[in-house]
Amino acid sequence: MEVNQMQRSFLEYATVLFREGFLDGQFSQLQMLQDESNPDFVVEVVSLFFEDSQKLLNDLTTTLDQQNVDFKKIDAHIHQLKGSSSSIGAQRVKNACIAFRNFCDQQNLEGCMRCLQHVKQEYLLVKSKLEALLRLEQQIVAAGGAIPVLSEFS
Amino acid sequence: MILLHVIGFGLKVGHLLLILCGWFLSLISLNLLINGGIMTNKISLPHEEGHLWMKMREQISELGCKIHHNYSQYIGSRKVRKNWWRKLLVAWIGLGIISSFSVLWYMSSQSVEKRKETLASMCDERARMLQDQFNVSMNHLQAMSVVVSIFYHGKNPSAIDQRTFARYTDRTAFERPLTSGVAYAVRVLNSEREQFEAQQGWTIKRMDNVEQTPVHEDEYNPADLEPSPVEDEYAPVVFAQDTVSHVISVDMLSGKEDGENVLRARESGKGVLTAPFPLLKTNRLGVILTFAVYKKDLSPDATPTERIQETAGYLGGIFDIESLVEKLLQQLASKQTILVNVYDTSNFSQPISMYGSNTSSDGLRHVSALNFGDPFRKHEMHCRFKQKPPWPWVAITTSVGILIITLLVAQIFHATMNRITKVEDDYHEMMELKKRAEAADIAKSQFLATVSHEIRTPMNGVLGMLHMLMDTYLDETQQDYVRTARESGKALVSLINQVLDQAKIESGKLELEEVSFDLRAILDDVLSLFSGKLQDKRVELAGYVSSKVPSTLVGDPQRFRQIVTNLVGNSIKFTDKGHIFVTVHLGEEVAGLMEVERDPNSTLSGLPVADRTRSMAGFKTFNQEGSPYTSLSSPDNQVNIIVSVEDTGQGIPFEAQARVFNPFMQVGPSISRTHGGTGIGLSISKCLVHLMKGEIGLSSLPQIGSTFTFTAIFTNGGQEVNNQNNFISSEFEGMRALLVDPNPVRAKVSKYHIQRLGIQVEVVSNLNQDFSSLNMLFIEEEVWDKNLGRMDFGISPKVFILSNSVSSTRSIFSAPGVVTPFIVMKPLRASMLAASLQRAMGVGNKEKYRNGELRMLSLNNLLRGRRILVVDDNPVNLKVAAGALKKYGAEVVHAERGKEAISLLTPPHCFDACFMDIQMPEMDGFEATKRIRDTELSINNRIQLGELSVEDYENVSNWHVRIMAMTADVIQATYEECLKCGMDGYVSKPFEAEQLYREVSRFFHTVNDVNP
Repeated sequence: MEVNQMQRSFLEYATVLFREGFLDGQFSQLQMLQDESNPDFVVEVVSLFFEDSQKLLNDLTTTLDQQNVDFKKIDAHIHQLKGSSSSIGAQRVKNACIAFRNFCDQQNLEGCMRCLQHVKQEYLLVKSKLEALLRLEQQIVAAGGAIPVLSEFS
Repeated sequence: MILLHVIGFGLKVGHLLLILCGWFLSLISLNLLINGGIMTNKISLPHEEGHLWMKMREQISELGCKIHHNYSQYIGSRKVRKNWWRKLLVAWIGLGIISSFSVLWYMSSQSVEKRKETLASMCDERARMLQDQFNVSMNHLQAMSVVVSIFYHGKNPSAIDQRTFARYTDRTAFERPLTSGVAYAVRVLNSEREQFEAQQGWTIKRMDNVEQTPVHEDEYNPADLEPSPVEDEYAPVVFAQDTVSHVISVDMLSGKEDGENVLRARESGKGVLTAPFPLLKTNRLGVILTFAVYKKDLSPDATPTERIQETAGYLGGIFDIESLVEKLLQQLASKQTILVNVYDTSNFSQPISMYGSNTSSDGLRHVSALNFGDPFRKHEMHCRFKQKPPWPWVAITTSVGILIITLLVAQIFHATMNRITKVEDDYHEMMELKKRAEAADIAKSQFLATVSHEIRTPMNGVLGMLHMLMDTYLDETQQDYVRTARESGKALVSLINQVLDQAKIESGKLELEEVSFDLRAILDDVLSLFSGKLQDKRVELAGYVSSKVPSTLVGDPQRFRQIVTNLVGNSIKFTDKGHIFVTVHLGEEVAGLMEVERDPNSTLSGLPVADRTRSMAGFKTFNQEGSPYTSLSSPDNQVNIIVSVEDTGQGIPFEAQARVFNPFMQVGPSISRTHGGTGIGLSISKCLVHLMKGEIGLSSLPQIGSTFTFTAIFTNGGQEVNNQNNFISSEFEGMRALLVDPNPVRAKVSKYHIQRLGIQVEVVSNLNQDFSSLNMLFIEEEVWDKNLGRMDFGISPKVFILSNSVSSTRSIFSAPGVVTPFIVMKPLRASMLAASLQRAMGVGNKEKYRNGELRMLSLNNLLRGRRILVVDDNPVNLKVAAGALKKYGAEVVHAERGKEAISLLTPPHCFDACFMDIQMPEMDGFEATKRIRDTELSINNRIQLGELSVEDYENVSNWHVRIMAMTADVIQATYEECLKCGMDGYVSKPFEAEQLYREVSRFFHTVNDVNP
């Protein structure tokens, strides 16, 4: 029964994440890729994402702090971050990245700074949400239950 | 005459100029052509001027073209060229001015020459006449001298006295036209003077001082003259013509001129002339011709002394030059035009004017020598024109004409060059604008790509989920719903693509695919796409494909589907009752079918429709003479398909029919409000039909309906590609069915669909039949409704009702006490029908319909054990892609850099495929692929040449690793770029199972067969 409970709350939580746009279909695709042969796939990918993103965000912060801002470099970082976030389904981070890139194209430093803050914020948000979700998932697995299929965003 | 001459000359000059112009232009064009690397024959100069003009115009236009053509090569040297033609223009004008002046000079000199000639001839003529007459007079004088010698000196007493002499001379004056008088003086020696004076009765008078005291005629009296002083010898005048009788008794020797004359005459024995001197009495200028009269005939070679000895007297003729010349000239024509002067030039330095005014003129003059028979005296006649030479108008007009022509040509040339320059500038400007427009276009496609990408992402979610839903256990209806939902979702994506298409078509970048496809399946798809929309309308949607249409065609299925979808969608918008009927025939069939459809009631719903044949009226294919159908189908398997979409909607007003195919054109603003839509569907359809080498036309009657018809040419694909309906049809193969439908057209459609499943169908119009031997019975809904309640078929056949809408289905269910039939929803299509039949008959295996799993399985089959390299700089993406591929059983190797990929993929290696991200730092996917391909090529070449042994390369002699691009970019350009740099395909990121399958199966399929 507890597993059921956990499964339900997992689903509810995931639904909320989907509804609020933190995650999109790509995340559920990701989950589909996880099977018996590769049980930790999502966790691996997500932690890789966290790692990568953290590094990128740090790089971005230092690059933006410099006297002469290298917009090319920023663009590359942002592109990378956008790619990762879209791969993982972190939709809001991705959207923030798109806005960031636009400012970067215009070489708008102020806009970039603002966007960086926004991206960071979104990243932290999605990080905490995902961590919570993955914790739930691990609890379910630990309790011997199956991870329910995410029945999409509403 | 002169006028004609002028005109002729003008024409000549004009012609010359034209030739010059032609030459110039040809030179220019030749220059250009040589520069442009093209050789052409120099323009030949035709003789006819009109012809020349034509040629020149051609040449000029050609020149313009050439300039345009070769423009790109000239952009750099534009300035130079501008200067060049300016120089040419200046040179041309200079040449024109020079030639005009030279013509002026030439012509005026010609006229001067001519004048000179005229003058010379006139002058010579006068001189000759004067000379002739003088000679005549002189001869006569000579004759007279003979008379005098004979009758005066020869006779004693003399036979001549003064009276006789005067009379004779008077009467023979006409013989001496130039003499004013004749006188005879005898030679008197001083010893004989007294005797002579006594004999004559007067004294010899001297004459020399007369000259100093000019006298008037009336006062003149020879008696006043002083007697001559004593001299050696005298020559007193004894006889004189009446006109000069005053000289009688005057001693000629005493006159200075006369004396010399007399002396010379008797020495030479010839006529001798005096210098002109004022005559006695008249005081007019004259000359005296003196002949000596000898006492006996002297031999011609007598010495002067002998002559002097023998001299008896002297005969003198007085020539009054002035009046005489005047008289002479009077007789000649055009005496007014010239002035004549006669000079005695014996003393060369001081010529003595004998006749004519002394007005000196530096104008034109001609000198003719006069020979009056006296070698001692020289005379000249000077002639000149009275008037100044007239202005050489001909020369002036001609040269002015040349100048004008030159300037006109220069103006034309200038205007032409200006025009060319302007065109060049415009061209530049347009190039600039074009560049900008292209940039804008690129921006637009970027925007479209971005937008479509943003729409695609959630849409992919929807589609993916639907796809997953299909993998779950669903009954047939649910399956169909999901399918429909999925198809609709895909239609939405295709709508986005449609917007992209319009942009692409507008830029001419759209190209058609050449793949095999099943036209019937496509039509089914289209119909099912719209089935949802028709649920609440009482409109019957049906499709029919003629059995003669090959099951597999080669062409672009997506575009074909797009056209049909557009047309059907359009029809659905405007149709509220009746039917929409899509038919597909071969071009060859249509002629026969036209007659069948003439029956007004034989339409799908019984409502009248617009005549299909009229929609094809404009098609070239069917207007060709002879037998167009056979000619169309014969060459290399070409199949000419005619598709018509017939509806019973509100129709299109006649005035709007012409422009429905224009982009963004709708019948009226109210239409777009009611029905929505962008209005580009039909225009895209038209473009696509043209790309398929077909034509599109419509026929529409307001309030009755419209029929759109289009043709398209495909290639016959034969039977080799698997038909997706094959596995369905096998289950019902050989079953027999009866179709109850009174409407022949509808029955034909239903029969077509049922037959597709391999079921034998018979059509009857009512239910009064024996159904026992049948497997199934299909009843049209309207027939069922009519016969409701009196149905009893027993158990044997399964009964299906072909129904149009959900609402009516419910009513059937609710009818009590009747055998519950199975409902088959329209529009009929093979898959739906098969599903319904399976459900009813209990045959078939549900597992088979789990297409998703099938696909998963096949992906597993395809990818299991494959070694795949995934290249992406983004570790997260890399992980995800690798995860997806691993799930299908592939062995995945990661690479984060393009360079890494190159080294991994340098043969020999054991990778089956590579998925490569396009946007990577340092080296992007395109570049990496190019390098990999280069390496492969060089290794392949070297293996072929034997430089490298095949064994070292795992016995593979032709290395070509499959490389697929991974990209989030959806525009066509990227795809083309992928192919251009040697990639084999592309998959969008993140992976979608179906697309992955489609791409992977393209090249792993065959490998799988060979090496399972």
